[in-house]
Formats: sequence, structure tokens, C-alpha cells
Amino acid sequence: MDINKRYTAQSWPDHPETATLEGKNKFVGFWLLLAAETVTFASLFATYLALKDKGPSGMEFTAAGLFELPLVFAMTMILLTSSLTSVYAMYHMKNHNFKAMQAWLGITVLLGLTFLGLEIYEFNHYVHLGFGFTHSAFSSAFYVLVGTHGAHVLFGLSWFIALMIRNSKRGLNMYNAPKFYLAALYWHFIDVVWVFIFTVVYLMGVIG
Amino acid sequence: MSSLAQKKGFGAVLWDYLTTVDHKKIAILYLISGGFFFLVGGLEAMLIRIQLMKAGNDFLSAGLYNEIITMHGTTMIFLAAMPLLLAFMNAIMPLQIGARDVAFPFLNSLGFWLFFFGGIFLNLSWFMGGAPDAGWTNYASLALASEGHGIDFYALGLTISGFGTLIAGINFLVTIINMRAPGMTYMRMPLFTWTTFVASALILLAFPPLTIGLFFMIFDRLFDSNFFVVEMGGNTIIWEHLFWIFGHPEVYILILPAFGIFSEIFAIFSRKRLFGYTALVFATILIGFYGFMVWAHHMFTVGLGPTANAVFALATMIIAVPTGIKIFNWLLTIWGGSIQFSVAMVYAIAFIPSFVAGGVTGVMQAIAPLDYQLHDSYFIVAHFHYVIVGGVVLGLLAGTHLYWPKMFGTMLSEKLGMVTFWFFFIGFHLTFFIQHFLGLFGMPRRVYTFNADQGWDLYNLISSVGALFMAIGIIVLLVNVVLTTVKNVRVGNDPWGDGRTLEWAIPSPPPFYNFAQTPLVRGLDTYWIEKMEGNKEGMIYAEPLGDIHMPNGSIIPFVMSFGMFVAAFGALYFMDDTKPWALAVLVIGLGITFGSMLVRSLKDDLGFYITKEELIEDAKRGGNTDGHK
Repeated sequence: MDINKRYTAQSWPDHPETATLEGKNKFVGFWLLLAAETVTFASLFATYLALKDKGPSGMEFTAAGLFELPLVFAMTMILLTSSLTSVYAMYHMKNHNFKAMQAWLGITVLLGLTFLGLEIYEFNHYVHLGFGFTHSAFSSAFYVLVGTHGAHVLFGLSWFIALMIRNSKRGLNMYNAPKFYLAALYWHFIDVVWVFIFTVVYLMGVIG
Repeated sequence: MSSLAQKKGFGAVLWDYLTTVDHKKIAILYLISGGFFFLVGGLEAMLIRIQLMKAGNDFLSAGLYNEIITMHGTTMIFLAAMPLLLAFMNAIMPLQIGARDVAFPFLNSLGFWLFFFGGIFLNLSWFMGGAPDAGWTNYASLALASEGHGIDFYALGLTISGFGTLIAGINFLVTIINMRAPGMTYMRMPLFTWTTFVASALILLAFPPLTIGLFFMIFDRLFDSNFFVVEMGGNTIIWEHLFWIFGHPEVYILILPAFGIFSEIFAIFSRKRLFGYTALVFATILIGFYGFMVWAHHMFTVGLGPTANAVFALATMIIAVPTGIKIFNWLLTIWGGSIQFSVAMVYAIAFIPSFVAGGVTGVMQAIAPLDYQLHDSYFIVAHFHYVIVGGVVLGLLAGTHLYWPKMFGTMLSEKLGMVTFWFFFIGFHLTFFIQHFLGLFGMPRRVYTFNADQGWDLYNLISSVGALFMAIGIIVLLVNVVLTTVKNVRVGNDPWGDGRTLEWAIPSPPPFYNFAQTPLVRGLDTYWIEKMEGNKEGMIYAEPLGDIHMPNGSIIPFVMSFGMFVAAFGALYFMDDTKPWALAVLVIGLGITFGSMLVRSLKDDLGFYITKEELIEDAKRGGNTDGHK
């Protein structure tokens, strides 16, 4: 693989992410990592369901009483939209349109930051209600499940930003195309996990 | 280059190993550190047996005894057996599939150093206020009540080394999926590669639940969360589930690669193609699959109810079927073969009855009502030592003899090997066979002493004598290693003369790029096929001689792992009022780790090329084994 080789939209391969052996390895390896991540979150979800509404005797907090859907629904929409914008970015990556890719990635990052800000606001709100991390088994399970997702969002955003800055001057090549692709894949995974959190924690929580 | 290598100073060699990304050197690192921890765990075992040698012994205090049994189990499983298997996987698997390295050489190095620092961190507990003492299973009800920082060392240390193992698992999977030589279809892969593949898949899916369980443990003990705190709504059974969802597949992570080593040995030293290769492959996959469905058989007495117990009991018994398939295939491989009783082969033959004995007691415990009787008794101790020592450790010793020439280019002495074998084999059965009866007589596991009127004296003494025999066997093995290294008699490509797979077609040890030209694989046991057809080179090639792309070495994996090591101390002392610097240490440690991750991400690392001319030069000299340009 020659990092200095220049491509045009015509000479750019259809699947630059798997055009080299390094790319193929990263592609397969990353899917496997996502399998491990899936088991990780499955363990967190199972624990959350086991400890939902469980606390010291006389605990006033329940999922039905605590969670409110409007804010969480907005967060869900923002994150889902950011997944869509990352798809646009990858569309332009595959068409060797670097500037458009960077622009869509920028929008993705902004949406992700908004999501993260709202999540911090939400956590802060609960803590002020007295529902802190150490309050009960329920609170511990909630913060660790949703917080682990939040940490993933933070990592995904840092990854996008690092890639965008590092490659801003040199454009796309066979070396960085798989990196962009995998960061976007990671972002989709984070999105899927959030869909489950929205369903299991918030929707099922509010229903009771 | 090899003449240059001998002139290298100690510092240069050290730096070379700290920065290496060569799978063969990482294998040696795994072998040395796994071997070291094996000796530490063995020493702990000897202390246990000295304590239990006679009734009412006061050689160890009750508290220290708890620490020693905990560290013995934890060290042997996580820091000895697994890394030693990873050593052979690293050394041999890429050679067997005709690859020049693993898919992610950098991550391979990172995986090793994470394991290494995790293991060191765990063992530092001995010197820093006491080791963990809640058993290797670390049940939350015990662990949360444990004083001091022992449990924290356990949880943090295993988290770090667990990351390393997970990385290794992903790496091997991708290597086998993507990097097989042309013609090496899945059903032509040597069985050791197959078992590496399935064991890696188990690592991939089994380690995350353990990591999550350990995270809960860390949070509960160090950051005041309430996952396992019952009065705050927590539930200690969650730990047991998470631990065993990891813990049972872990048993197969250990035994499957050992099965792979034995499969290679049976074929080589019977001079026959493996009987029922296809059945062996599918039995391996089935064992891996069922391995995830049986975890609750460790929890029959918890009170999950008769339905759950019945389901898990049945699933457990089913596993005996694929395992039985393997046993019969091995027997039929030996049957009618032209058998050579090398040390490796003798280990393999000894393994069959030993492991079957362990398997049979396993099926006994799968009967849930009977398990209520056997649970927490020495019967359990005897059972799992029969499968782990009689299966995994015999496999490791056999693998050491089989692959030593390929890894180091010298042959271990077969005579001393036989001495080790007989001491170890007799000692093993002496130690553990009698423990079945101790268990049936009612001796509970994990007690530090017993009374003279309980009638357990003689049996415990016999067991302790057996442990001494095993220790002598291992000491002889160490002598063997030293003598072999000092004598340094070099061997050729195929020192056993009957090698069947690709690793025996190249020099011992192989040049750092393994294959100057990628081989073309024409069937199962490809090297054997070429030999039988009179091909002097032992291989046919899939490509002309040309430039080879190789990865650069890097110190970053070491630094990244060191950062985790530092951060773990910060987390450990986070809640101590007397140590306000803990938070700073935690932040600095994580900063080192994520900082080096960022450096790795931002700095291009494109590797380098070995030119065709250099390859020709190397071939004239008989191979470049140095590992650096």
C-alpha cells in the first residue's frame, strides 16, 4: 500500500475500506470487537433489568416515576439523525469526495455533542433529585448502563475529531479510508445500543 | 544477521523484546512470563499441601491459607495456563496457516503487555497489604466483606489482563479468517489451528461478562455503588451468573487448544492422518457452542429451582458426547499406527485416561441432586484438577516438548523429559485421585485444617506426597531447559522427522518473515503430502520471490499497558482518606494510556519492506532468525 498514491473519483475503488489486506483485517476485527461489545452491553442490560426499581426499603424512586420521555425522545432523534449524517459521510467517502465527507462528519460530531450535553443535563437533573450513583442498586445499574453508552459516545466523538484533524490536509487514501469507515461503523453501533436503552430503560420504564 | 545477533548487548535484546511485534518473539514472552507465574502458582500449591499434610497443622494461618488458595487458583488459570496456551498459539498457528504474522502485530504486543502488567499488579498484592482471599471465584458475598485491598488487586488486575486476552482472541480470529495461505481452506486447517480458532471465539464472547462483573466489583468496593449490596437492593447472585457465564467457557478456552496440541501429536507420532478429522472439527465447534449453555451447573445449590437445574444438567451431560467423539478419534488414530513413544507422545497417551476420569466425574456432578452432595467438597477439587492438570497441563508439557525445537531451534532432552513425565504423572494421580474419596468422606474444600479424629490424615498425607512428586518433575524440566539451552545443539526444519503441517517445512526457529514465499496448500497435512511426493523443498509456492511487507516494532503497547497499571493504583486507593494523591495517579495513568492511543492513531505506521535481494542473501546463509533488519 502506497500512502502517497493519489486517487480520483474514477480510480478510487468501490470498497476502499476492504481494498487492502490491512483494511480487510480491520474490517473483520472491528466486527468481532462489536460482537464483544454486544455481549458487554447484554450483561449490562441483564443486570439493569434485575436491579430495576430495587433499592433500600422505602425507596421513593421508581423508573415509572423518575423518567420523562420528552427529553429522552429528543435525544433519541438527535442520535438517530447523527447516524444518518454519518451514512452521508460514508457515501461521500466511497465517492472520494473528501470535503463533503468532512462536512457531514462535522455535522455528525455536532449532533453527538448535543446528545452528550443533554445526557449530562439529564444525569445532573436526577442527581439533584437525590438519585445519585450511590443511592441504590437501581441507580448504580442505571448510571453504569447509560453511562457506559455515554462513554462510548465520547470515545466515538474523540475518534471522529482526531481523524478529521489528522487527515484534514491530505485527503483520502487507502491508509485512512478504513479508519473513517470503522469510526462510522462504531457510531452506528452506539446508535443501536441507544435504541435498546430507549426501549428497555425509558419506554418500558415509563410503562412500569 | 544471525552473527550480528550474538553480538547484541543485553540492553539491545531487552529493547528488542519490549518493542517486538513478531508473533514468535511474543510467543517467547508469553512462555517465559506464563512459566514464571506457573512456578509461583505451583509454589502456592506446595504451601497448601504442606499445610494439609497432617491434622491440626499450624504451618499457615487460616487467613493466609485463604489468600494462598485464592492466588493459587487465580494465578494458575489466568496467569499460567492461558498465557502458556497463548504462547503456543502465537508461535505455531500463523506458521500452520502459512502466514507471515498475525493480522494485528501491534495489538498482539499490546495484548501481551496488558496481560503481563495485570498479572504483576495482581501479584503485587502480596507485598502491598495482603492478597485477595475470597477464592478464585471471588463470590460477591465474601468479596465485599473482605478487609484491605486484596479483592481490589484481584478485580483491577484481572480487568487489565482480561483486556489483553480479549485482544489476543480477536487477533487470532482475524488471522485465521483472513490470512490463510492459498489453498488452506477451513477444512484443511490443522487441528491446532481449529482449536485456536474456536477457543478465540470463546474468548471473544466470554471475557466481556467477566469484565462487566469485575467492573461492578470495582465500583462496589471502590466507588460505593450497590450492585451486590443486598440492603441497598443489590443482588450477589448477579456476580455468580456473570462469573460463570465467563467461567465455564473459560474451561473450554483452556482445554480446546490442549486438545489441538494432542491431535497434532497423535498424528505425528502415529505417522497417520488424524482419524475422523471432520468429526474432530465439528466436535470442537460443538464443545464451544455448548460451553455457553451450561454455566449454571456451577450454581445448582444456589436455588435457581428444579426447572433451571434440570435444563442445565441435561445441557452439561450433552457435552460429554462431542468430547467422547474426540477421545475415540484419537484412539483410532493411534490404532494401527507406527507409533513412536517420544516424550510428547507419552504425555498424549497418558492424557487420555486421565482426562476421561475427569470427564466422568464431571458427568456425575451434572446430576443436580448428586451435586448437592458433592458441592464444595474435595470431590470437586479432584474433578477440576483431573481436567485441568490431566488435560491442560499435560497438554502444555507435551506441547513444550513438541514445539520447543520450532521455537528455539534446540531439542529438549528426551531422557530428562521421561523423568519429568513419570514424576509428574505418578505425582498427579497420587495427589488428586485420593481427593475424590476425601470429598466423598465429607472433607470440604477451602478449609485450612482438619481434626485428627476425622480420619482424613493418611489420605491427605498421600496427596501431599504426590504434590512433592509433581514438584520434582517440574524441577527436572527446568534443569532440562537449562541444559538444552547451554548445549545449544541446533536442529533442522523437521526435527521429529514426521512433521505433517507447514510449520515443519521452514527453519527452526523460522526467519522473522516466516515464509520467503507464501506456500500453496494442496490438502490436509500439506507438508506430509509434499514429502510423500518427493518434493525436496517440502513446499510449493503460491507466488514468485518478491518484496515482503513487514510491520514496524513499537514501544507504544508497553507504554499503553503501563498507563493502565498506573491507573489501577489510582483506582485502588481512590477511597482511602489518607491517600489524596490517588485521583491524580488515576488521571495520570489513564492519560498515559489514552495519550499513547492517540499517538498511535495520529502517527502513520506503514511498516517496511524486505527486498527480494535480502531474501536471497538470507536463503544463502540459511535463514534470517534475528527479527530485525
